[in-house]
Amino acid sequence: MSTAAATHEGAGQPADAGSRGAAPTTPVGKVATWFDDRTGLAKPIRYLMKKVFPDHWSFMLGEVAMYSMLIALLTGVLLTLWYIPSMGHVVYDGAYGPLNGIGMSEAYASTLEISFAVKGGLLIRQIHHWSALFFVAAVGLHAARVFFTGAFRKPREINWVIGTVLLLLACIEGFAGYSLPDDMLSGVGLRVMEGFLQSTPILGSYMAYMLFDGPFPGELIIPRLYMAHMLLVPAIIIGLFTAHLVLVMVHKHTQFPGPGKTNENVVGFPVMPVYAAKAGGFFFIVFGIITLIAALVTINPIWAYGPYDPSPVTADVQPDWYMGFADGALRLLPGWLEFELLGYTLSLNLALGSIFLLPAVFGIMGAYPFFEAWVTGDKREHNLLDRPRNRPTRTAIGMAAITCYFVMFLAAGNDLMAIKLGLSINDITVWLRILFFLGPVIVFIITKRICLNLQRQDRELVLHGTETGRVVMTPEGKFFEVHEPLDPYTRWNLVDYEAQRPLELTSGEDARGVAAPEAKSSKRRAWWSRFYFADRVEPVTPAELAAAHHDGHDHEAVEGSDDEGRTPAIAGRPASH
Amino acid sequence: MNDSATPPQVPGHGSDGPAAGHGDAGFGAGAVSLDHGHVEGSGLPAHFENPGLPPHQPRHADVDPKAAKRAERQVLALFTLSVLGTVLFVVAYFMFRPEQLFFFPFFGHVSILNLLLGLGMGLSLLGIGLGAVHWAKTLMPDTETIEERHTTGASEEDRKALVQALVDGKEESQLGRRPMIGVLGGTALGLFAVPLGLQVVGGMGRLPGSELSETFWQTGMRLMRDPEMTPVKASDVTLGAAFHILPEHLDASVEELDKLGYVSAEEKRTGDYRFDQDLGYLERKAKAVVLLMRLRPEQFKSDKARDWGYHGIVAYNKVCTHAGCPVGLYEQQTHHLLCPCHQSTFDVTQDCAVVFGPAKRALPQLKIGVDDEGYLIATQGFMEPVGPSFWERG
Repeated sequence: MSTAAATHEGAGQPADAGSRGAAPTTPVGKVATWFDDRTGLAKPIRYLMKKVFPDHWSFMLGEVAMYSMLIALLTGVLLTLWYIPSMGHVVYDGAYGPLNGIGMSEAYASTLEISFAVKGGLLIRQIHHWSALFFVAAVGLHAARVFFTGAFRKPREINWVIGTVLLLLACIEGFAGYSLPDDMLSGVGLRVMEGFLQSTPILGSYMAYMLFDGPFPGELIIPRLYMAHMLLVPAIIIGLFTAHLVLVMVHKHTQFPGPGKTNENVVGFPVMPVYAAKAGGFFFIVFGIITLIAALVTINPIWAYGPYDPSPVTADVQPDWYMGFADGALRLLPGWLEFELLGYTLSLNLALGSIFLLPAVFGIMGAYPFFEAWVTGDKREHNLLDRPRNRPTRTAIGMAAITCYFVMFLAAGNDLMAIKLGLSINDITVWLRILFFLGPVIVFIITKRICLNLQRQDRELVLHGTETGRVVMTPEGKFFEVHEPLDPYTRWNLVDYEAQRPLELTSGEDARGVAAPEAKSSKRRAWWSRFYFADRVEPVTPAELAAAHHDGHDHEAVEGSDDEGRTPAIAGRPASH
Repeated sequence: MNDSATPPQVPGHGSDGPAAGHGDAGFGAGAVSLDHGHVEGSGLPAHFENPGLPPHQPRHADVDPKAAKRAERQVLALFTLSVLGTVLFVVAYFMFRPEQLFFFPFFGHVSILNLLLGLGMGLSLLGIGLGAVHWAKTLMPDTETIEERHTTGASEEDRKALVQALVDGKEESQLGRRPMIGVLGGTALGLFAVPLGLQVVGGMGRLPGSELSETFWQTGMRLMRDPEMTPVKASDVTLGAAFHILPEHLDASVEELDKLGYVSAEEKRTGDYRFDQDLGYLERKAKAVVLLMRLRPEQFKSDKARDWGYHGIVAYNKVCTHAGCPVGLYEQQTHHLLCPCHQSTFDVTQDCAVVFGPAKRALPQLKIGVDDEGYLIATQGFMEPVGPSFWERG
């Protein structure tokens, strides 16, 4: 086209009107030039293509989240072609025989048609549901990875908060989607949701009547949830997700410490071609796995539950897994938490596990980086990740939080456990109540011990090298096992970390003996600093390594004490340790 | 905890460490002992040096053309698998219908269309994905590249310029000299969302009024079997039996209810219906569901339960007082009612008080009797709000 235009109109001018240097000759070059002439994007795109991403299996979790979100978006758009978001009453007459002649909402009837009349509709529905489950799971695991490796530290606090909001939105989005088919189970879910709203102090009944446009179930909740599920929440999710990605680009990805890796560089593979192929390929792998699962494992067989009806009961009323912890919390909260005060009812047995729980969980989660930064007083940028063992207290806090979560999650299955294990549901619930408070403490202590011991093991390894199994007898008749010192690369993996010392407590008074106004705060901070850092194992220094080599023979002697009268030690471990 | 404080200090060890006599010329008096961390003046650096990237290990495919060829063939095979998967999808799409079920041992009847479409599509996607990743891992360069990072913040100069621009902006806008513009402008901005907000909040739903405290049940309504909607004779309810119950006329319109005498003159005048007469079928049903059981009268521990029942037949609202699920699991032996959602347990012999679980309040009882024909009827409506608690419930 352009050449034709040039010969007609541009007589006397060079064919390439852009005229910056020689005209490109390759097809790629021509397209790129055409595009850049109109956008000026050549430089940023070139930069992006050469951008380096570090490699680690755990960085994949965020990718799984991103891809399953895209898959859910894609399949969700397809489902809107057939789904009817209406609670209008119809008598079913369609592809699923067993429900013919039964009264139901249009939403439920159209979901049945998607599952049984539309070719491949069931597959798309199942991919949609499975990808949503994957999405929430991957976001959760990704958050755990970021937490345990300290990737939330400066400059990435904002991205942690965005991620926290994304996790909350993912749960809300999932709940809204779960409700849309208007089947028996999702209706019970909505009924419970209405109970949650009602339990809000003061405003409860007004909120419930607002959301449901009057008494439950009303006729607008499905259209409203549909709007939230396919417009409002996804729009916010996509906006935040974009910001999340842009910030990852700006900060450049974190990396684990290792030889050649510093706080000031990124070591990995460029986007073009390696990461494009790996990450692009991984999208298809995630999509493929979800599709296979959708083909092989039934999820949410709404035809088996029947349309929503406020009267019948079914034994296994369970929400999707990501709402399990909230459901479990409701099962654990005892009834005496409901009070009547001055003629008003405060239903904390319900409110604590629902409308207070979610904001509390995500609020604490979002605030954690700021709390830790306050404790450490660390203002530096951190691009190197922590190995979880090198931050024993943080790792222990994370595990304790996961224990809380897990106890609540287990509680959501207390009826199933009772049936499968043949135990009393009352006993299980009481034990889980105890475990909710005791479990995190135990797990905290154990995790911290494990981390410290792993750190000591690392120290041992650096100081004394690996055991070779070769036992040598010296001319004097001593036996020792030859230890192979670590090569500098392996050693670096084990020594490149910081063990922060607790902050020193200032006297709280200035030079004239007047109490400083911030004394109380600094006292609290010193307490927390001790809580975090009193127990620590420092990385091996070159001096220590030299010392270990220096008197290594003594430590590795298996036999008798030496002539200086030292205590015998076995297999390279000083006896006094 | 003390065993974990700092690197463990070994008593006496420090003085032993640098002891002479080992003939190690490198470490004389200046050498330090294990576990003492860094010691100044030892001549050793305080920290290890980053050794830099380890030497690159070439892969099989880098050095062996045969291995490279093999990798290429594997990639091609995976891409071919993808194409075959797509073909399988297309063929299955036209060959099978959604209602065709095939029996697989262990799995039961399976929709063959869904299965084949999913397998085809799954292979189609996995083939591409695995092929691309295998290609990247075996044939594309695997030398690690290093990119430098820079601190996230902009330069001090830029920051100052930004702050200056803001200050200048404020100056040029004359906000400093004419503060009322800022005050009123801020007020207007703060309020501009009010019309939209009010429209949404005002239009989304109506006020609950006393509706949460009311149900459809009125004096004289028969207890009807759910879902058959047939009346229940007291003699039909045998000992140990349990019936799901709905009120008579549940699907009647306001006019029909008026003809039946269930709308009072005051309700007609004010339009404020006290017994859900103006609600839809499902909204009435959501609060009016009842469970009917018969026990031996002496099994009841409270007189009220006995008095509000009829010869041991008692009717209780089925909406859980916790979160609102239907409490419908009746254990005949223990006379317990169990809510399937959160396992609140109600004891029918104790006037349906909570014996376990997160609910606090007992299920409300419906006072029943029999009419002239021997059918069970409600002798009054529910005397307290049913369902989950709410603030103004009292």
